[in-house]
Amino acid sequence: MGHNGKMIRKKDLTFLQKSYIPEILKGMRQTIAEMFKPKFTFRYPEERFRPNPSFRGRPVLVQENEVERCVACGLCSRVCPALAIEVQASETELEKERYPIKFEINMVRCIFCGFCEEVCPEEAIVMSNEYELVFSSQEEALFGKDRLLKSAEELKPRLEFLRLNR
Amino acid sequence: MAKITIDGKEFDVDPKLTVIQAAEQNGIEIPHFCWHSKLSVSGNCRMCLVEVEKMPKLAISCATQVTEGMVVKTQSDRVLQARKAVMEFLLINHPLDCPICDEAGECKLQDYSYKHSIGYSRFDENKVHKPKRVELGPNVMLDVERCIMCSRCIRFSDEIAHQPVLTFTQRGTHVVLTTFPGTKLDNPYAMNVIELCPVGALTSRDFRFRSRVWEMSSTESICIGCSRGCNTYAWVRQNEVLRLTPRLNEGVNSYWMCDAGRLNTFKFVNSKDRLNGPLVRKDNELVEVGWDEAIARVVSELKGFKKSEIAGIGSPFATNEDNYVFQKVMREVLGTKNVDFVSHIQEGDEDDFLIRSDKTPNSTGARIAGVRPGEGGLDVTKIISGIVDGTIKALYVLEDDIAQDPGFAAALENLQLLVVHSPVLNKTAEAADVVLSCSTYAEKNGTFTNFLGHTQRIRPAVATQEQDRARDGFAMSRWDKFASQNDRWGRPIKKDARPSWRILTALANAMGAKLRYASSEDVFKEMSERIGTLRGMTYLRLGSLGQKVTEVEKLTPQAISA
Repeated sequence: MGHNGKMIRKKDLTFLQKSYIPEILKGMRQTIAEMFKPKFTFRYPEERFRPNPSFRGRPVLVQENEVERCVACGLCSRVCPALAIEVQASETELEKERYPIKFEINMVRCIFCGFCEEVCPEEAIVMSNEYELVFSSQEEALFGKDRLLKSAEELKPRLEFLRLNR
Repeated sequence: MAKITIDGKEFDVDPKLTVIQAAEQNGIEIPHFCWHSKLSVSGNCRMCLVEVEKMPKLAISCATQVTEGMVVKTQSDRVLQARKAVMEFLLINHPLDCPICDEAGECKLQDYSYKHSIGYSRFDENKVHKPKRVELGPNVMLDVERCIMCSRCIRFSDEIAHQPVLTFTQRGTHVVLTTFPGTKLDNPYAMNVIELCPVGALTSRDFRFRSRVWEMSSTESICIGCSRGCNTYAWVRQNEVLRLTPRLNEGVNSYWMCDAGRLNTFKFVNSKDRLNGPLVRKDNELVEVGWDEAIARVVSELKGFKKSEIAGIGSPFATNEDNYVFQKVMREVLGTKNVDFVSHIQEGDEDDFLIRSDKTPNSTGARIAGVRPGEGGLDVTKIISGIVDGTIKALYVLEDDIAQDPGFAAALENLQLLVVHSPVLNKTAEAADVVLSCSTYAEKNGTFTNFLGHTQRIRPAVATQEQDRARDGFAMSRWDKFASQNDRWGRPIKKDARPSWRILTALANAMGAKLRYASSEDVFKEMSERIGTLRGMTYLRLGSLGQKVTEVEKLTPQAISA
């Protein structure tokens, strides 16, 4: 921009520059070179991205010996900045005394921050490597225990990652 | 008076006081676990250590009497260091199970850990293990590991509940709180040890694991279990009352309340039997209808009776405002003098502490409000005989299950019209022609007057369909504040119920009266203008703790004149 807001156009372009041909060739060279390099995109959904353990996918509850580790302390619910988690505790005969009779995550509210995982005193809620979340209604986005529970074996990479990076 | 200096400030205090009392009176908080103003001094927690000039060692302020010229330091380096040491000792064997402990969030040990401890543990050894989940009695659960041996519960049971069944056994870190063999902590006031316990060792079996304390809102309320009217907090989550706890009011109940009141007076508010809107009898069956239809039905039916054929039964369970509007509508709109209420007295079920034999919160209030027969009007017994012999044909009942009374139960069939205000489908409501679903004490504003004439506010804690927590100024938890329609917890069950004074106002206006009450406060304002014993009272002046009505000794049924 020059004075008085007037555009000053460069007028000293050469003939070749005006024809664009060298620039097109340069671009084509780049394109052709890329064609022979290895691909980093996936042919989703036939091929799927497998995140490494540091990835924060949807939060899940860890199940061990057929029981959830969760003691329904409600700290995840308290720390959740999006108020996505609702927990209702109840008493159990097990040593842990209490368990969640209801544990619900509203996946529309969840922002995948991982605070719930960080605050959990039992390593009972962890961020899984699952990132495929599709809902056709608000109700469907309310994940109960049936969809949240996952065995500790399945979650082993994440649990080990957490232990190493504590 | 003795002159003492605390933290550099001089105070004139009663020489009979201890240092902790003198400090408390003057707004200086000395941290403590075992000391309680209503219990004897035990002096075992050592948390209240203070420095007193000319004393070689730190002194426990709960057991050190004030003397002339005493100089006390509560914030000196020695004191702060001692507090940290005491906290460290208390925490050595205290389990780190706050996440599953019901006390968390209202725990003295937790609060003091933030304020007075070093913030980390130097203790690497194993903690002592002790019994958990011990049922001390029908209502109280004990976790001995969490106990810090302050002995408040023991002193409460001995000195206030007069049931000395608790004691410590073993020594040192192995001390165990227990009941004497063959005894249980089952006195009528046992649950007060739950609030007294500074940690989560003693917890309520009824409330156990129902909610974390920070998820609930608390609203100042009054217990409706008897005519004492103990001050309470109603704790609500997702529009459901989960527990009641006593609220300090030295004029009524001090720090305490009885177990019966605490456990039995709130569950009906959220019970599944609650009515959801008014019911009207059609073809001998009660059918849900809208408010307009129900009120129109009452109006048209009532018009078919002579004034002397109508009687009204007020309620010692209803607020003063409800009773006032009730008797006003009965007298001035329906024109009947047959107005009275049924007493609920359980002879023998009382003591010299809190529990009263009158099992309603508001008999005195009902009398003050004018629920009593007018000149030549019928009282309860005469109303019953009137129903039996057919001279009373229509009965209007306010918030009371009169069918529990065998006399009424037998007589109700004779009635041509029975209109009932009730929050649940009780026996009286089942016999009614029209049931108007009214709000419970936990859903409305109002006042109760206890047997001593102490007039106290109740406030809504649970929202009905016509109420909104934010708009109507309810106490709100974090959940209430941020709920949206997409959250299941943002859509709690709300019942279609209205306070009785509003139903009666609508009814009266449908019959041509011009009552202009927009709130229960409007009703109370009129009451305080017209009823001598309430003169000068306003909701603002009643505040949290209430006021005593004037000339309380003259409150016999005959003597109160509006």
